[in-house]
Amino acid sequence: MSFPKVRVPYLLLLPGFVFLFTFFILPIINLAQTSTQTPLSGGDTGEYEQTLAFSNYIQAFVENKEQFGRSFLYATLATIFALAIAYPLAYAIAFKSGKYKNILLVLVVAPFFTSFLLRTVAWKQILGEEGFVVPGLRALNIIGEQTTLTSTSVAVVAGMTYNFLPFMTLPLYASLERIDPRTIEAAGDLYANGLTAFRRVTVPLSMPGVVAGTLLTFIPAAGDYVNAAILGSPNTKMIGNVIESRYFKIVDYPTAAALSFTLMVAILILVTLYIRKAGTEELV
Amino acid sequence: MTNESISARGDLRLTRITKSYGDFTAVDDLTLTIPKGSFFALLGPSGCGKTTTLRMVAGLEEPTVGSIHLGDTDITTTRPYQRPINTVFQNYALFPHLTIFENIAFGLRRRGIKDVKEQVDKVLSLVELPHLAERKPTQLSGGQQQRIALARAIVNRPALLLLDEPLGALDLKLRRQMQIELKWIQREVGLTFVHVTHDQEEAMTMADTIAVMNEGKIEQMGSPADLYDNPETAFVANFLGQSNLIKGKIDGNDGDNLVVDLYGQKISMPKKRSHAIDNSLYAGIRPEKFRISRLATPVKGNVLTGGRIEDVSYIGVSTQYVVAMPWGQELMVFEQNDDGVAPFDKGDEVNISWEPTFTFGLRGDEDIEAGTEVNPEEIEAE
Repeated sequence: MSFPKVRVPYLLLLPGFVFLFTFFILPIINLAQTSTQTPLSGGDTGEYEQTLAFSNYIQAFVENKEQFGRSFLYATLATIFALAIAYPLAYAIAFKSGKYKNILLVLVVAPFFTSFLLRTVAWKQILGEEGFVVPGLRALNIIGEQTTLTSTSVAVVAGMTYNFLPFMTLPLYASLERIDPRTIEAAGDLYANGLTAFRRVTVPLSMPGVVAGTLLTFIPAAGDYVNAAILGSPNTKMIGNVIESRYFKIVDYPTAAALSFTLMVAILILVTLYIRKAGTEELV
Repeated sequence: MTNESISARGDLRLTRITKSYGDFTAVDDLTLTIPKGSFFALLGPSGCGKTTTLRMVAGLEEPTVGSIHLGDTDITTTRPYQRPINTVFQNYALFPHLTIFENIAFGLRRRGIKDVKEQVDKVLSLVELPHLAERKPTQLSGGQQQRIALARAIVNRPALLLLDEPLGALDLKLRRQMQIELKWIQREVGLTFVHVTHDQEEAMTMADTIAVMNEGKIEQMGSPADLYDNPETAFVANFLGQSNLIKGKIDGNDGDNLVVDLYGQKISMPKKRSHAIDNSLYAGIRPEKFRISRLATPVKGNVLTGGRIEDVSYIGVSTQYVVAMPWGQELMVFEQNDDGVAPFDKGDEVNISWEPTFTFGLRGDEDIEAGTEVNPEEIEAE
């Protein structure tokens, strides 16, 4: 059997399209519908009717603006810390690791061999009273005798930084590794000292990796609820935790859907602004 | 220190430079002076140490032993960015994120020069690409990138410009054109150019002085004509063009000439063109210096009899013959096609003759295959 050539690309797209339509587009439409429903009068808990109540959005946002703010703050902090840790790491792997390059790359992705949840629970141990971090910091007088780390925002941000670190490291590595070392030599040849060559050549050339890595960290971090649930307390609740509890505990589907939509749109706007800025600004 | 090195000017002197990587010696006790204002070529096969030498001059490698001076300033351990030396890299190494204008202005800006426009525009016109200032490097052809790489280096007016196989990535026609342009630009700007290449034609076209390098050492240094006409070693004789090397014995003197016995036939050659250290020697004659004649034709100069045409290749401008000699050696002969017809056929019995002054003599213990092996990388670069 032969297909006319023009149809081949469409045929190749078909499986992906069917999948995305069934498991992304339809649920999104469903979510949009749910977000404007109101409780069915006289119905049971969890029974709602379609009323186009857009006021759900305003109410949901006003009630949870603190958690929204916290989500974006934590996600931003985790992204910054992950960038600060991952850049030197990716740089060392790309330029200085020699024959150990592949081993180091395997080590970067090694955490994926264990479940995300399990690793986060392990962090609870590490940051707990019986771990070595808290006694260590106390011995160094960095934190007081009464201070603990679990159930604090520090623990949540630390956990997020850790969990999303590979997503930052790998794109950074990929873009650093692609830099022709001779362009860096050329910068030195053209009177740039090490720091200037780094600032003027290495950093701009690694920007695609910085953008990809920060997006891959920030987006899931902003919607994350596992780290806050396991490592945090009610005071460190993020928007993901609110959505989770609205859906599964309070069965308040409209509010949960409205919050999900608001989060999605907020991330979309932030990311668009960010890419525009990173893409068009003079990178030098 | 910084200001002193940046402003250093004068001859480049390498003194007893050695560069080793573990057990491997890339450059071996090399001493070399490159006069200010010259166009100097380091020529040799890949792995001969020429690029390592260049990188040590640029400051990208440090010599294991020895010193490098520019004028009176010792720059052996000076950082690359503190040397008044710029490099045209093999694959140009242009900054892909910067416009052509900013690529060229890079060195000027790093030295704190604020008003760069005039100098950049001037050098862009010198390389005849003023309309490309706002493009990015990836939008340029290979030949254009090559010129921008050159412009980016010479705009700084360095004491020394290093060119690392600058034309290697260009096709043959463009390479020929750039060879002529580079030479013209060198005269125009009056800078010292040090050019590294494995392409003997490129070196001979451009350089005033060529140093032929082999296994980390300089085999011979001189003008292109010197090296070609009077090579001192089999490596130079074979690496620069082709040579016929015939084993012989010095059989006596005849005034300023030596009498040499080549398998029982006597020839003569100028004494001063012999580099033999004892009686044994290889007589070297370039293929285009030979003349082929029929047995009955009287000839002047040196004659070798008993040849037989083994192969004839007509290549337009000349005809190349392979002539088998009685002692089993095959000689290459290039004859100009002056009369438009190939006058000899395969199997013809011939004599070979040449002017005695065209003969050069090499030591009898030379490896006559040296410099003839063609390296796969070089074929690729063609």
